[in-house]
Amino acid sequence: MKNKGLLHSFERAVDRFKWPLAVALAALLIYTPRFAFMTPANMRIAIMILIYAMLGMGLNVLIGYTGLVSLGHAGFYGIGAYTCALLMTKLDWPFWPALLAAGCMAAVVGLLLGLPTLRLSGTYLSIVTLGFCEIVQMILKQWEPVTNGNYGIRNIPKPLLFGLKLDMKNGGLFYLTLALVVLTALACMAIRNSKVGRAFLAIKDDELAATMMGVRTARYKILAFVISAFITGLGGGVYCVVANGYIEPTSFVFNTSVMILSVVIVGGLGTIRGMVFGSALLWLFPQVFRFLNEWRFVIYGVLLVVMMQFRPQGALGWRSTLPYRFSRRARRMIQDKGLKDPGKEA
Amino acid sequence: MADFLYVSGITMEFGGLTAVDDVSFHVDKGEIVSLIGPNGAGKTTVFNMLTGVYSITAGEMSFQGERLNERTPQDIVKLGISRTFQNLRLFPNMRVIENVMLGMHIHTKYSFFEGLLRLPSFRREEDEKAVRALEILDSIGMAWAADDYAGSLPYGDQRKVEIARAMATDAKLLLLDEPAAGMNPAESRDLLTFIRHLKDIGYTVLLIEHDMNVVMNISDRIYVLDHGRRIAEGLPDEIAANQDVIDAYLGGERKSHA
Repeated sequence: MKNKGLLHSFERAVDRFKWPLAVALAALLIYTPRFAFMTPANMRIAIMILIYAMLGMGLNVLIGYTGLVSLGHAGFYGIGAYTCALLMTKLDWPFWPALLAAGCMAAVVGLLLGLPTLRLSGTYLSIVTLGFCEIVQMILKQWEPVTNGNYGIRNIPKPLLFGLKLDMKNGGLFYLTLALVVLTALACMAIRNSKVGRAFLAIKDDELAATMMGVRTARYKILAFVISAFITGLGGGVYCVVANGYIEPTSFVFNTSVMILSVVIVGGLGTIRGMVFGSALLWLFPQVFRFLNEWRFVIYGVLLVVMMQFRPQGALGWRSTLPYRFSRRARRMIQDKGLKDPGKEA
Repeated sequence: MADFLYVSGITMEFGGLTAVDDVSFHVDKGEIVSLIGPNGAGKTTVFNMLTGVYSITAGEMSFQGERLNERTPQDIVKLGISRTFQNLRLFPNMRVIENVMLGMHIHTKYSFFEGLLRLPSFRREEDEKAVRALEILDSIGMAWAADDYAGSLPYGDQRKVEIARAMATDAKLLLLDEPAAGMNPAESRDLLTFIRHLKDIGYTVLLIEHDMNVVMNISDRIYVLDHGRRIAEGLPDEIAANQDVIDAYLGGERKSHA
């Protein structure tokens, strides 16, 4: 790597101390619910930051990796939330299988929505996803016998973990969401660093070239939709148990899609760190600048415009300047074959 | 039909336009064959027909006895034909080594879940592919660039990486579309050596090229296209002396019009 700038030094420092940093971060996060400023209201915001980080990671698989823009992720979010809530309230399912079902339900719908991608791309695809979001919204509002229409679903029970009820007070809901965010992040990184992730990125960069290298692009685009919908559905499942035991259709409107999209774009396309940062920024901004009243939205708009102009890749959307990471075994194989290890820095 | 690559009477019509008209040729194993002709002669169209980008209007194509007509590009890569592009088509935001590993996509066997759970089977194969990718890069003198993002490399180096990516598919036949385009004389001399080296290590090459120095020096045989038709075939010396070819390039009277 020729790039030896500030970013490179920073990344190397983080890489060198990644274990101490991870332990410190973990300790901080585990202690978070006990901080004095963690009033119930702030706790809710902290949990929403985590949920939107997860939603961002879900949408990121689609936009950041594969280059397909969806404006309909509130639809998957709503499907996940309603599936989980209905299974828990009407069929008395425990939380965990209901959560899994929420992800799976969204994934199945994602598969169906992924089919048009075989024919559509760019703006046209985005409009299809926009329509999808509206359809979900209509179903949630109109299918009253099941969804209870505009009244939403009430009395959603709290999840139980080995008999322990997870709620706001004991921080259980925070830890639950945190655990799911960490798992999602690990899964996204594993996908990114495998042939599936490479196929996604190749499709984003040059779909024809990917086809000519033997990538079954249609299959991978649908897979991206399915993974993305699954993660977003899980996010919905968690949301339904943290939302004061009550969900309603208006939580899953187009504005919600835009919010998820903003997390991805402001944070940094294609990165995991960006999703956490973007979500934190978008949820904390209105809180911190509450004293500005309506002016918040003006500043918000200015911020987005400035961002698009000067940092279109997102706040933390840089490409790693570190060398490609070979495993220890791969390094040994490289040495045995007498190849020069390009990652070794002089 | 014993030929390695056998193409008979292929025709490509786009609406009223006949881009390639009844072209036949063959490539034997271990040969370097060049396809030349003025701009718009239909050379790249032939590549697009061979690799399944277009479904051809008429004719027959086969590779090692397997019929190529009506196959998808993905199937054709699996049969052992891989290509580069006239206008570079690397994946600019992926690292060079990842570009090459993408070339191995069709031979990477682990499943999605093995990758998701990072099972030993995934790790083993992923390591093998990464090392293999580095080996391929090393064999063309590009190992130093493995970590770089493909889009940040100079033009000539990107061309080499594109060839490396095509090699990574385990292709037996490489279709190179104007590899010397935009190269300076020193770079195209390097390329000459490199393509000869490809032949030495067992690849068969079908080459589209405008740089006559490259074409005349490395081709075993040459086919010439003009206005979608094959106007000549032969050894480099024969082609250099062929009146039809000279007319086609210099814009002389075409015999069909006379």
